[in-house]
Amino acid sequence: MQVLIALVLSMLMARSASAETIYVSNEQDNTVAVVDGATMTLQDTIEVGRRPRGMALSIDKKTLFVAEGDDNRIDMIDLARRQVVGRLPSGADPEFFVVHPDGKRLFVANENDNLVSVVDIAAAKVVGTVDVGVEPEGIAVSPDGRTVACTSETTSMVHLIDAATLELIDNLLIDTRPRAAAFSPDGKQLWVSSEIRGTATVFDAATRAQTGKIEFEVPGIRREGVQAVGIVMSRDGANAYVALGPANRIAEVDTKTLAVRRLYLVGQRPWHVALSDDQKRLISANGNSGDISFIDLENQEVVKSLPVGRGPWSVVIGP
Amino acid sequence: MPISNIRLRLRDLSRIRQALALVMLLAAPVPGLAEPHTMVIGYLGQQRTPPLPLGPLDQTVTDDGLQGARLGIVDDTGTGRFLGQQFRLQEVILKVGETPAEAIKEFAAAGISFVVADLDAPQLLQASATPGAERMTLFNSRAPDDRLRQEDCRRNVLHTIPSYAMLADALAEYLIWKRWQHWFLLVGPHPQDQAMAAAFRRAATRFGAEITVDQPWTFRPANGRADTGHVTLQTEIPAATQVGDYDVLVIADEADEFGAYLEGRTALPRPVAGTQGLVVTGWSAVNEEWGATQLQDRFHKLAGRWMLPSDYAAWLAVRSVGEAATRLHSLEPTVIGNYLRGDDFLLAGFKGQGLSFRPWDGQMRQPILITGPRLLVSSSPQPGFLHQRTALDTLGIDLEESTCKF
Repeated sequence: MQVLIALVLSMLMARSASAETIYVSNEQDNTVAVVDGATMTLQDTIEVGRRPRGMALSIDKKTLFVAEGDDNRIDMIDLARRQVVGRLPSGADPEFFVVHPDGKRLFVANENDNLVSVVDIAAAKVVGTVDVGVEPEGIAVSPDGRTVACTSETTSMVHLIDAATLELIDNLLIDTRPRAAAFSPDGKQLWVSSEIRGTATVFDAATRAQTGKIEFEVPGIRREGVQAVGIVMSRDGANAYVALGPANRIAEVDTKTLAVRRLYLVGQRPWHVALSDDQKRLISANGNSGDISFIDLENQEVVKSLPVGRGPWSVVIGP
Repeated sequence: MPISNIRLRLRDLSRIRQALALVMLLAAPVPGLAEPHTMVIGYLGQQRTPPLPLGPLDQTVTDDGLQGARLGIVDDTGTGRFLGQQFRLQEVILKVGETPAEAIKEFAAAGISFVVADLDAPQLLQASATPGAERMTLFNSRAPDDRLRQEDCRRNVLHTIPSYAMLADALAEYLIWKRWQHWFLLVGPHPQDQAMAAAFRRAATRFGAEITVDQPWTFRPANGRADTGHVTLQTEIPAATQVGDYDVLVIADEADEFGAYLEGRTALPRPVAGTQGLVVTGWSAVNEEWGATQLQDRFHKLAGRWMLPSDYAAWLAVRSVGEAATRLHSLEPTVIGNYLRGDDFLLAGFKGQGLSFRPWDGQMRQPILITGPRLLVSSSPQPGFLHQRTALDTLGIDLEESTCKF
């Protein structure tokens, strides 16, 4: 019995030491893959609605929200039970969304309707909409919760929305087919990627002036094969990681100098990336090769690819 | 006029109203911006007799091309409203036998500088030579004729519809990638079939395929839709395809008269590709990759039918003007015209990479789709076909081969 308790305890401790679970939306399988961070193995696959893409954790990290484009809704997964326990309306064709820091609202990009919908989580209701450009895609919220940024692909803009009044504050032109938007952790910078140009544009979030642009290049790959998609920033704000789509690379960018420090070769067509809680590991969801890549940032190497399903799109790391 | 046609027209009207309502909604000014400026783009189409439907599922379409241009205006307006730019389409449809001269004069008088020329090659050449047109840019959204990119190229014409050469090269790359190197080429009786076939022959030489049999289509099988039509086809097609061995049957049947009779009926069990079977095309309703779902949905909402290659080419034309206006913050025609032809221009066209115009003949570079009846099969350029500039230039007439002199 003592042995058993010791064993259970040691397992629990091992688990908490690398207490990390990785969730990957498989847009072609209609599933969310559950991967154990410590062992880097696939643990479970949760059936969700059709075409799951954007995902986010609730503030208490107990619920995973999953946007289902073809079912026009957001599923709520109870992470303890690993099953869908509820649904939220989302407006048509939700692609990406963010959980507002107030923990009460989601801001959803409705790709087919040129809208951003605001969803009250507790009431399970769309409580507001904002007209934006054609094909809203990426969405981000400033750390202070005041501003929501939404890109529109065909309009080539990022729209800045006042999260309280739901009015458009500004519309900034971005290179062709913008995808992801990300605020720096201090809220001072806004980054937006352009898929077709393979660039990321950096704005001063306060003045909304463009302060820089990164034109990604990958040796041996032509300009049209280098496309910028997902962006994630380290908690200290020093590094940004940008998925380069068909170039099969993740770029690590120095946010001060905007220099590309290095490129990591991952699986095929990485869409989105996420950082582990300890900031030592980066994970990319690779759409065409059906796997995720684990990048050890300390040793600067890709340590593993793990098949997770068809069409991995976004990745979220939870406890 | 048959009742079904009248119905179609009435439906069209209600859709046009919906589209207009959508444009007006999108065009609602955004507070805090300067007074909107308006760019009027011309659309010049011609009345066509729709081909007889070959099968019962075929849609009869009388507004292909035009609806694509209309959607382009809606999309341009979506961006324009944030920049104080408005876009409008002025539509003229030529009657059978009517020349485009009057329409071009009308456009010139209205100060129109960009025209979607949804015309066949002879009318396109007439339009481009009409006084006043020299100050315009005509977008060829219809005629795939290679001569329009070669000896008959014009300085004031840009081509958004892929050329025969591009289509044939795209299919050739796919067939070579599949190692289906021996082709049976079957060619229809019309001049456009001959032009398509010439492009297939050129592509075979370029990419190392061998045309083992090259035959005109001379059979006149009974209408496949007649009662017992399938019985006739089942007996006649095997006889018509009794040739030596080959890997794939490549069909040049631009008018869609007989190509669909071949698949599943050939003497040898072989795949069919070209204008029927595995169809090589600039656009198809089966494409939902690279974000195309949204474009297809928008189009279907507007037009009540699927988006056809000519719709897509007209959409590309209108979007090109809009994209240039967005990047330049300007509606100045000369500036836009130069930008379209320059190195920096890049249009997102839902085919996975940016599209631009070739400076040597005005052809828009673009991936070409290889499609099955229900799903996308592939997209060329294929992996492994390399080029010193861009892999897109492995498709069609390259700089070194161009005989175009503006």
